[in-house]
Amino acid sequence: MIITQFVILGAALFALGVYGVLSRRNAVLVLLSVELMLAAVNINLVAFDAFVADRIAGGQIFALFIIAVAAAEVGIGLAIVLLIFRNRRSANVDELDLLKL
Amino acid sequence: MTHLLASADRLLLAAEEAGHGAEEFADGGILASGAWLIPVVPMVVAFLIVFFGKRSPYKGWAMATGTMAFVALYGVVLFISNLNQGITYEGAVHLADIGTQSLGEHVGDIFAIEWGWMVDGLSIMMYFVVGVVGLLVFIYAKGYMEGDVRHTWFFASFTLFAGGMLVLVSAPNLIQLIVGWELVGVASYLLIGHYWEEHENSSAAIKAFLVNKVADTGLFIGAIIVGTSVGSFRFTDIMEAIAAGGGDTPLARFAFWAGLAIFIGAMGKSAQFPLHVWLPDAMAGPTPVSALMHAATMVTAGVYLIGRMFPFYMVEGFADEVRGIIIVIGALTLFLTGLLALVQDDIKRVLAYSTLSQLGYMVTAMGAGAYTAGLFHLFTHAFFKALLFLGAGAVIHAVHSNNMSDMGGLRKYMPYTFWTFVIGSWALAGIPVLAGFWSKDEILAGVQFAGSSESGFSIAQGGAGLANLVLVVAIAGAFVTAFYMTRAVWLTFFGTYKGHGTPHEAPRVMTYPLVGLAAGSALAGFLNVPGVTEFFTEGVGARFFEGFGGLEHHVTSIDWALAGLGSAAAIAGVAVGYTIWGPDRETQQARDTFSIPVLYPLLRHKYYIDDFYMDGVVRPVRGPLARAVNWFNDHVIDLVVNGAGWLAAVVARAVYFFDQRGIDGAIHASASVTGGGGGLLRLLQTGKVQQYAILLFAGTVILVAGFVSFAIF
Repeated sequence: MIITQFVILGAALFALGVYGVLSRRNAVLVLLSVELMLAAVNINLVAFDAFVADRIAGGQIFALFIIAVAAAEVGIGLAIVLLIFRNRRSANVDELDLLKL
Repeated sequence: MTHLLASADRLLLAAEEAGHGAEEFADGGILASGAWLIPVVPMVVAFLIVFFGKRSPYKGWAMATGTMAFVALYGVVLFISNLNQGITYEGAVHLADIGTQSLGEHVGDIFAIEWGWMVDGLSIMMYFVVGVVGLLVFIYAKGYMEGDVRHTWFFASFTLFAGGMLVLVSAPNLIQLIVGWELVGVASYLLIGHYWEEHENSSAAIKAFLVNKVADTGLFIGAIIVGTSVGSFRFTDIMEAIAAGGGDTPLARFAFWAGLAIFIGAMGKSAQFPLHVWLPDAMAGPTPVSALMHAATMVTAGVYLIGRMFPFYMVEGFADEVRGIIIVIGALTLFLTGLLALVQDDIKRVLAYSTLSQLGYMVTAMGAGAYTAGLFHLFTHAFFKALLFLGAGAVIHAVHSNNMSDMGGLRKYMPYTFWTFVIGSWALAGIPVLAGFWSKDEILAGVQFAGSSESGFSIAQGGAGLANLVLVVAIAGAFVTAFYMTRAVWLTFFGTYKGHGTPHEAPRVMTYPLVGLAAGSALAGFLNVPGVTEFFTEGVGARFFEGFGGLEHHVTSIDWALAGLGSAAAIAGVAVGYTIWGPDRETQQARDTFSIPVLYPLLRHKYYIDDFYMDGVVRPVRGPLARAVNWFNDHVIDLVVNGAGWLAAVVARAVYFFDQRGIDGAIHASASVTGGGGGLLRLLQTGKVQQYAILLFAGTVILVAGFVSFAIF
């Protein structure tokens, strides 16, 4: 089995996610980019699981965990974004500089 | 013993018998080994009074008198047990060795510094006298010093005075003796100048101190010569060196000069002619001070010192040639100062000159080799002189004047004072059977023996002829003594009262000590009647110098001819005094001028000795000295002071510069570095989440790159 294409796909997806997190101003899109990064990790996990032919399929189990965690994270993240939008009429991350104070 | 002392335990108490068998050492017992308390307690209490006296009962009087009561009790117990069995004990605490390393083993022994206490006949007698007389004077002082400005301070210095004397008396070595000697000097300075508000009094204090200091120089020189040539300052070692005999030992070679120097020291403290000038002026102090100073402490120190060094002056080949000087000085003092007492108006000065005269007797006795007689006279004199001073104090207290021209007729106002004063003056004059008769008679007997062919009083030592001349002077002195005491008694107590107000008898706290001292003055002589009761000879006498074999000729029986001559002189003195001042009570004042053309001015001016000291010594030295000191001050000290100021300014400027530039610079620099760093770091804190994320990712990348490259290479 050749693993290269999967790893490249994972890396590309991760890079795309990083780019999205750093460059997008909208908080929803930032969250989406985070999801992309998680997906890239999932691809890597599944690919290496297949590659080493793990008998208990540990990589796949971790991938399932990550999907569950990602769902929960999106739930909380979107709730936060919604509240920020309600309070400040904007969901742009570069306007959210309260940490500076 | 010294090596044992030098061992690690510095508080090792060591006792050793001084030249006697071990059984003598044993019989001192705990009484002797605890005698260190006698000097230590007053010294400690003196300082306690300074700090706590004001709040203690009777403002320090109770503490001081309690101390003296302790000393008196201890002294009496020691005295009695000494008369019974004879105690010879010497205790010592080794304090330090000086110069052992640099000067080697043997020489190092010289500088063993010890604190010790001597318990032998001589010092026990002094403990007794200082304690008993001191106690009575202290009790008396309560009445006399009532309401005094510096009441507490007075009792502190008074206790120091007695304590210093006890340190001196208890000293088993010359160094400690000098310490006590100087303590007495300092305390006397404080006490004579007690009423320092009047310039005259502080001058008297300074005079006493300086005259004593001049003499003390002699003592220092003598002590250094003796100490270095013997190799030890301890009296027992010195006595051993003397017992070893003269010849060409270092001590024998320098003995004459050492003996003379030590005698000069004794002349100062015991106020011998011509160093006597401080004592009459010392009357400026309160009367209890005069009483104690003249009776028990201070002036007896010189006689005590000669007694302590007695073999040094007696054994041939040592300082025996000083004997002639001692006996002449003593005779001059006893006669010349006795005459001075005749023309004094101040009652205390009469007594002061009589003390000088009696000290002359003691010194004469010492010079003549009559050790027991000299010390016995010291003993009896302590009683009647303290009595006379305290009586004079009671009179002064009553009439508020020292001058006999303000007194007169006090007999009926002050009966206790009158009768005790009369007993004291008769005892002083040597009227038979009072104390002074016995002791003076013994001195006369001692001088007479020195003048006899069997005494071996050689020409080099002074010679028999000199001793016979001195005997005549001493008998004449007895006449003069009776003469001036009769005058003092008549002018004070008879005739009509010439002062102001109505005099009254002193309070009981003052009269009781008078009665006690009068009993002592009357009875003390019976302690040593030749051939009958020889307690004093047994307990104090020269038998303690047994190692020297017959240092003193022991008078075993009363020489009736001599005793009769002495008492005839005394009675004649009383009689002549009575005919001059006694019966004609109205004109006694006119008679008091006592005008004999040449003699009277000479006596009034105290033989011009004070004038000589002032014009011949003090002024010629003081003027140039003052100018020299002034020049030195202007040119040298000021230069040094200015230089120091200039140097300080320069240093200060340098320090200021360093402070401003160096220290402040460092502080400012650290502050600005912190501020700048903070400002730079502040730029990172944008509050923008994505910027933080960039840093986070960048950091991750750097870490990963680091790990990977580490794994590869």
